[in-house]
Amino acid sequence: MTTRIDKRFADLKKEGRAALVTFTMAGDPDYATALAIAKALPKAGADVIELGMPFTDPMADGPAIQVAGQRALKGGQDMKKTLQTVREFRAADADTPIVLMGYYNPIYIYGVDKFLADAKAAGVDGLIIVDLPPEEDDELCLPALKAGLNFIRLATPTTDDKRLPAVLQNTSGFVYYVSITGITGAATPNAGNVSAAVGRIKRHTKLPIAVGFGVRNAETAKAIAEGADGVVVGSALVDALKTSLDKDGKATGKTVKAVSDLVSAIAQGVRAARKQAAE
Amino acid sequence: MNIRQPNSYRTGPDDRGHFGIYGGRFVAETLMPLILDLEKAYNEAKNDPSFQAEMDGHLKHYVGRPSSLYFAERLTAHFGGAKIYFKREDLNHTGAHKVNNVLGQIMLARRMGKKRIIAETGAGMHGVATATLCAKFGLPCIVYMGAVDVERQKPNVLRMRMLGAEVRPVTSGSNTLKDAMNEALRDWVTNVADTFYCIGTVAGPHPYPAMVRDFQCVIGTEVRAQLQEAEGRLPDSLLACIGGGSNAMGLFHPFLDDPSVAIYGVEAAGHGLAKQHAASVAGGRPGVLHGNRTYLLMSPDGQIEEAHSISAGLDYPGIGPEHAWLNDVGRVKFLSATDAEAVEALQLCSKLEGIIPALESAHALARLGDIAAGKPKDHLIVVNLSGRGDKDLDSVEAWLKTHGK
Repeated sequence: MTTRIDKRFADLKKEGRAALVTFTMAGDPDYATALAIAKALPKAGADVIELGMPFTDPMADGPAIQVAGQRALKGGQDMKKTLQTVREFRAADADTPIVLMGYYNPIYIYGVDKFLADAKAAGVDGLIIVDLPPEEDDELCLPALKAGLNFIRLATPTTDDKRLPAVLQNTSGFVYYVSITGITGAATPNAGNVSAAVGRIKRHTKLPIAVGFGVRNAETAKAIAEGADGVVVGSALVDALKTSLDKDGKATGKTVKAVSDLVSAIAQGVRAARKQAAE
Repeated sequence: MNIRQPNSYRTGPDDRGHFGIYGGRFVAETLMPLILDLEKAYNEAKNDPSFQAEMDGHLKHYVGRPSSLYFAERLTAHFGGAKIYFKREDLNHTGAHKVNNVLGQIMLARRMGKKRIIAETGAGMHGVATATLCAKFGLPCIVYMGAVDVERQKPNVLRMRMLGAEVRPVTSGSNTLKDAMNEALRDWVTNVADTFYCIGTVAGPHPYPAMVRDFQCVIGTEVRAQLQEAEGRLPDSLLACIGGGSNAMGLFHPFLDDPSVAIYGVEAAGHGLAKQHAASVAGGRPGVLHGNRTYLLMSPDGQIEEAHSISAGLDYPGIGPEHAWLNDVGRVKFLSATDAEAVEALQLCSKLEGIIPALESAHALARLGDIAAGKPKDHLIVVNLSGRGDKDLDSVEAWLKTHGK
C-alpha cells in the first residue's frame, strides 16, 4: 500500500531534496485561524503537514507547544474539531500528506476504532503519538496500520542499535529522528551528530528519515537537510504565531502570514541544501 | 464489567507492567531505554541480599523503623465499636511514610551510578524525604513543585531548601502536582545520562508502581508482625487514605491474600463528589497519563481535569494503577471524605489522642467512625497514620476561618 506520505517522499527523492515537515497546533489560537494556517502551509513550502492534537499534559513538549495546546483548548478545540480541520483541508488539497501528532489519552477516550475510522475518512495519512513506544504497539499502532494509516515512530539519541529494530519494526511512512534529548523547542541540534545518527538509522531501515526538535531557522534547516530526508520545524512556527497575537491572545490580521513567512524562509533553506541522501 | 478473579492478588504486574488493563509504559521513546535500564537494575537489586541488608540498616538507624503500632484507646471509646490501632508512619524521620520509598530509590540510584536526583512533590513530604536522603548521600537534588503548592506548604519548602535541595516552582498547566510531574518528566527527557527520577507514589510507568509498592510494603509487613504480637491474629479491617496511593498500597499489599481482612481506601472528595474533588475512582474513568493507564479525572474529550483537595498530597487527578485494578476486582473498597470531614477528623484525633495527623491521613480518619461504629469490640482496625500534620496547620487554620469555625 502506498500512502500520500510514501509518494511525497519518493517524489522529493527524485527531485533530490529533503522534505519540509511543519508542525502547527490544530485550533491554535482558534479553529478558523488554525485552518487558514494549515491551508497556507503547502504554498509556503511545506511538504508534509503535522497537526497537533491539543492535550492538557504534553509531557515531552517545551513551553511553546504547551501553551499552544492551552490556547487551542481554551478556544474550544476538541478531537472532533481537529478531524474537521483535516476534512476541510483535504477538500482543498488532495496531495499534501497530513500527520496528526499528540498524546494517546484523547484518542483512547474518543475510542481507538472510531478514531481510526474517522481519521482515515477525514483524510489523515499518519499518526505520531509521543507516549506510545513499541512496547505498547497493541494499543494503537497495530490497529492503525491495519486501518491503512502510517504509524510514524520517534527515534532518539537514546535509541541504541540494539533497540532500533524494535522501534522500526512497525514504523511506516517515515522515521522521526528527535535530534536532541530534551523537550520540543529547547536546544539546537548539532548537524554533524545528526548526520551520523541518520546514517546509523539508515543501516536499519529503508524508510525516509526526518529530523526535528530545535530547528528554528533557514540555516539550521539547511544544515539538517544536507544529511536527512526531511526537516521538521514546530516550536519556531508556534512562537511566530504567538508573537502575532493581540494582548488577549486572539489572532490578528498578521497571524497567518507570520507563520507562512517563516515557513517560506525555512523552505528556502531546505531547498538550498543539495543533498545526496546518505544511503 | 466481567472481571476475572485471580488466584492471588499479589502476583502483579505482568512482565509488561500491567495490573489487569492498568499500568503499562506510556512514555516518550527517549525515556524508554532508561525505564528498561531501571527495571533491570531494580530486579537485580531486589534479588541481592546485600541491597536488602543495607536498606534494613538504614531503615532501622536512620528512619527509625519499625514504626510503632499504637492502640488508639480514646478514639476507640469515642466510636464505641471496633478496637482501633494506628500504624505510626508519622513517627518516621521526615514525618511520613514517603521516606521508605525514597530510601530504596536513592540506594538504587547510587547502585546505578546516577549523579543527580529529581523528584516531584505535592504536599512536599516526598520532596522533603528526597532532599533528606540526597543530603545524607551527598547527591544534588531538584524538586519540582506546583507554584500553588509552594504557597500552601511553605514549611516543607523551607525544609527542602535547608536540606540543600533546589525547589523549582512549576507554573505550567494548573500549577499543582500533575504539572510538577510533567515538569520532572521533561527534566528527565533532557538529562537522560546522569539523572534518576525518584517518583513519590505507586504510579508512573512500569516498574515504578511495583517498585514503590515493594519499598512501602515494610508498613504492612510490620503491622502483620506487630498485631500478631499484640493480639495474636490478623486485623479485620485496614484503612488508609489514597492520593496516588503509596501509603495505602504499603499497608494493604501484604494482606491482599487474607480474605478475612476487609480493606478500605479513602479518596479526597474535596468540596464534594458532585463538585470539585480529587477522587479518581469515584469520579473518574480509565485513561492514560504519566506513563500508566489508570482511573483519571477528565473531560469528555480526554483532557485531564484539575483535582481539588484541601490536602496537597491528595490533590492529583489519578491513582496508582494497582489500586485501579484492586477496585475493579473488588478487593479494596473505595470510600471518600470531603475537605470538611478531613478537617473535623484532624481536630478530633488531635484532641483525643494527642496526635496531629497530616490532612492526607485525616481523610482515612474521617471514615473511621463509619467502619468502627457498630462493630464488636474484638474487631481490629488498623489505620495508616501516614504522616504528621505540622505542615498543614496554616491550611487548617485558614479553612476554619473561612468556614466560620
